[in-house]
Amino acid sequence: MAQPSTHPTPQGTPSKQTGMRTLTGAAIIWDVLERQGVEVVFGYPGGAIMPAYDKLPGSSIRHVLVRHEQGAAHMADGYARASGRVGVCVATSGPGATNLVTGIANAMMDSIPMVAITGQVPSTLIGSDAFQEVDFTGVTLPITKHNLLVTRVQDIMPAIKQAFYIASSGRPGPVVVDITKDAQNQTLDYEYDPSPVRLPGYRPERQPLAEELKEAVEMINEAKRPMIFCGHGVIEANATGLLLELVHKTDIPVALTLLGLGGFPAQHPRSLGMMGMHGEAWVNTAIQEADLIIALGMRFDDRVTGNLKTYAPNAKKIHVELDPAEINKNVKVDLPLLGDVRDILRQIVPHVGKPDCAPWIRHIEELKGDSAVRDIQDLPDSGQLFAAHVIFDLWRYTEGKALVVTDVGQHQMWEAQYYKHDHPRKLLTSGGAGTMGFALPAAMGARLACPKDEIWVIAGDGGFQMTACELATCSQENIKVNVAIINNGFLGMVRQWQQFFYGGRYVATPIKSPDYVMLAQAHGLKGICVKSRSEVKAAVEQARANPETTLIDFRVAQEDSVYPMVPAGADLDAMIRRPKPELKSAPHNPIFETGDDE
Amino acid sequence: MTAPTMTLHTFVAYVEDQPGVLNRIASLFRRRNFNIVSLNVGRTHEPGISRMTVVIEADEDKARRIEANLYKLVNVLSVEDITEQPNIVRDIALIKVKAPPERRSEVLQLCQVFRARAVDVGPDTLVVEITGTQDKIMGLLTILEPFGVLEMVQSGTVAMTRGSVSSAAKAIAPDRPRIVA
Repeated sequence: MAQPSTHPTPQGTPSKQTGMRTLTGAAIIWDVLERQGVEVVFGYPGGAIMPAYDKLPGSSIRHVLVRHEQGAAHMADGYARASGRVGVCVATSGPGATNLVTGIANAMMDSIPMVAITGQVPSTLIGSDAFQEVDFTGVTLPITKHNLLVTRVQDIMPAIKQAFYIASSGRPGPVVVDITKDAQNQTLDYEYDPSPVRLPGYRPERQPLAEELKEAVEMINEAKRPMIFCGHGVIEANATGLLLELVHKTDIPVALTLLGLGGFPAQHPRSLGMMGMHGEAWVNTAIQEADLIIALGMRFDDRVTGNLKTYAPNAKKIHVELDPAEINKNVKVDLPLLGDVRDILRQIVPHVGKPDCAPWIRHIEELKGDSAVRDIQDLPDSGQLFAAHVIFDLWRYTEGKALVVTDVGQHQMWEAQYYKHDHPRKLLTSGGAGTMGFALPAAMGARLACPKDEIWVIAGDGGFQMTACELATCSQENIKVNVAIINNGFLGMVRQWQQFFYGGRYVATPIKSPDYVMLAQAHGLKGICVKSRSEVKAAVEQARANPETTLIDFRVAQEDSVYPMVPAGADLDAMIRRPKPELKSAPHNPIFETGDDE
Repeated sequence: MTAPTMTLHTFVAYVEDQPGVLNRIASLFRRRNFNIVSLNVGRTHEPGISRMTVVIEADEDKARRIEANLYKLVNVLSVEDITEQPNIVRDIALIKVKAPPERRSEVLQLCQVFRARAVDVGPDTLVVEITGTQDKIMGLLTILEPFGVLEMVQSGTVAMTRGSVSSAAKAIAPDRPRIVA
């Protein structure tokens, strides 16, 4: 690139260089990315993407070198979830690209705007089983919102522009742009075309009919036992303010999906908490008794509904949803409102009144009294550290303001139950795909999106080990996150299912961990081991004060379970509750005798 | 819950004529576990636009979801379920049947009843072309079976609505997909 000095650009604004230039495809990639407002990409170089990497120094874009491409995809995902902007990851052809697959599928399941740029073997070699050739558009067809194979230099700009437009509009999702090495090497008399993308077959915007909106208002006003469901769409559509307004006007209680947490303040008196498999008992009971459900930006996932045949049998259902393919997919609804949650709430909120639901709210309060989910907080101190204690304490010491990124499993559900999120985009978690190993890299992506936030990774000892290699990236790139490993020596959620449903046969679930303090030290980072509740506060404070990534190894009760629990496919109100007598102290586990233990 | 009624639904879709589009559509049906009864793709009078006719066995809900899922594909310009509309539905079949000279006229006579045409004559065989609905084709096949059917090939179904409404126009200015609550 001739004049790299013209590139210092303010955040998010495209560089100003205009006019015709002769550039290689490789240079065009970075120019187009800059003009989409990209500040950082997460990637790993290799043969077929080398021309692009060679032109990276001429660009204003920061590159984060990951240790495994799955990490790159999760970082782009975390960046997108935290910022609401498109996250970008880069990989080479073949194994580099296929290592992205888990991260792309994860972003697809949770509707995350992401663009993955991959190198591909030269177009002349496509189909020849060339070195590091994988049909990546073929592989990613069912796990992307769209994908594009680019074989000519003149197609690079339109393809990347399309990718960003498709990824970020409508129901967001990941888009792959697979660019052959020869397209990167070719030169072109190039001028950026700032005109909007036109795709005749892609119409993401929807509008409900006026009479449908009127019907919704009538249904709300006439309800006696109404509930609002807050899903991920509320956060993605930036509709949290309007939801709050709706609740203030109507006084209708709100239940949240896992990905909806933060979409409505957890500490609001009308917030009921999470619904579904590990939802609060009173929420699931209330759903079964409700006469109206107003579902906002959620898709009635099987983890939310339990047995579909007996789900919310008394409720009329209004489904506010952007994606027509979600209507009547799992739950038959009475009134679908197709469109952006924010647009629709904006049209509904002025017309709703206050339905007469005071007796209903009193009834839900009574149900709350019956719940056992918080009991663990009231258990007598047996000297044992419980995961719930750690998470509850983290919430207290961070004043509920941290941006928390969880992995997948028991700790994820405890986080959802005990860390009360009052603001959107402060809980990042892998919901649909349930991808272990998500937390650390996603938190690193979130760090680059939100440099001022206090960021906590909460991960289990199983999931953390899946992507622990990214600690090296933290160290090399000076990325600071706090890591709380909820270490129970088991793949805890699977162990819990084995305990409940497989006769207590713990097959392949006891898992050994490295000495996390030494692991941190090996990366030039700080590690702390915590074995009792009295040590939690000091450890959290040390981590917060340390300018570098800090790991805390919380040695928690080994065989604790997440309650309540609706077994997969069971009726929503058929919950397994925490047994009343307090837990015995856990049996001694030899796995904990390693390292610096005792 | 009562068992949903499964019927044949005929969808007409306009798609961009690009490599991989058929794969995207086939992949969608596989991914969502929709079983294709018949699929036909061909070019249209509009350059760059192909037309697909897809026949699927589905209940009403599933049919709506197929339509909505097809709409989500970026290369799909428009989708219409024409099952309930007055329409013309045609298949074409070629049937190679044993017809030695002494039985040839008998075969030809039967073909005439079905408005099928002989398109090739061999020493002992006839190739018959028939156009029509699936029922009609199967009717002729049953009649020809006793003579000895040697080979048969059938196109996918093609379909078009009757009257002056052009679904091609909808590819340019499409409606939003129908949703049945």
